[in-house]
Amino acid sequence: MKKILICISLILIYFACAEPEKPLIPLGNVDYVERTENGQTLIDTVYHTVPDFSFLNQDGKTITQADFENKVYVSDFFFTHCPTICPTVKAQMLRIYNTYKGDDRFLMVSHTIDPVRDSVAVLKKYATKLQIETDKWYLLTGNKAELYETAHQHFVPAAEDKDAPGGFTHGGHIVLVDTKKRVRTYCDGTDPKDVDRLIKDIKRLMNEEFK
Amino acid sequence: MKSLSKLGFVYTIIAIILFFLCWTSCQTEPYKQGRKLYELHCQNCHQKDGNALMALIPPLAGSDYLIEHQEDLPCNIRHGMKHPIIVNGMPYEGEMPANKILTETQIANVINYINNAWGNKGPYVSYEDVLERLEKCKK
Repeated sequence: MKKILICISLILIYFACAEPEKPLIPLGNVDYVERTENGQTLIDTVYHTVPDFSFLNQDGKTITQADFENKVYVSDFFFTHCPTICPTVKAQMLRIYNTYKGDDRFLMVSHTIDPVRDSVAVLKKYATKLQIETDKWYLLTGNKAELYETAHQHFVPAAEDKDAPGGFTHGGHIVLVDTKKRVRTYCDGTDPKDVDRLIKDIKRLMNEEFK
Repeated sequence: MKSLSKLGFVYTIIAIILFFLCWTSCQTEPYKQGRKLYELHCQNCHQKDGNALMALIPPLAGSDYLIEHQEDLPCNIRHGMKHPIIVNGMPYEGEMPANKILTETQIANVINYINNAWGNKGPYVSYEDVLERLEKCKK
């Protein structure tokens, strides 16, 4: 009897300590909206979504939310002259790219936060050297205010800062967005272990979204 | 007598442990400060494995440029690089930022780390070598 009890408690301790996979709950403010249907009052849960945008990709084509229809995508913010974390984040984005580039349900997008220098031509050159396909990984440029607003809508800090190396300060986050434009999780793009976790989360999200 | 031999045994164990600790710490990493400086000042671009980033940033691991341009490395590190270079047959034209805060000793440590990391077999560089090579780019 005593042995059984010890066994059971060991099993319990194992499950208590094993880290469960966190559910991918949409991030941001949640609204509860009342609506009436057939005389009944229902409450809808409304999550934060990334609003529509209009930018140019490395081929000069206009990209909007319509291009992300029925896709799960990861998003990051960078600039080509970035002397700090950007190359590390790009190296990690490349790992994600190489894992999922064959999957039609998945897209990648990197927004510049320095549109004055990062023209379509500059991004085209960058993409060529990064050896990525345009229809799998968009490098976007456009209106500066709209780019910064898009960063903030992804919960990524981005700002001009004369004192920061390169003239901009921004987060190295890689953000995962679902087919309903909800931000589901993010990782620190400078931490390969956290990126490993995101790579698994992308698969989990796709399994959940495309049942 | 018995307690004495017991004490001797304990001392022997401690001596073995100390020897082992000293031996491993000396053996495993000859350029520890160089590695730490590399992580702080170089790794963002050239990456932990020295392979850098595709055709955007040149690799240091297995780089012919690194071995052939030992004379230029201190100046390249201190003042950065603006001119295009060819590494292992590939052209690179991005700008390398300057690292003004590294001292001559630190530059020597970084070069010695890079020269010997990831299977590289570059020469040993002394503080005096770095001082001499920096003369070329004194402004």
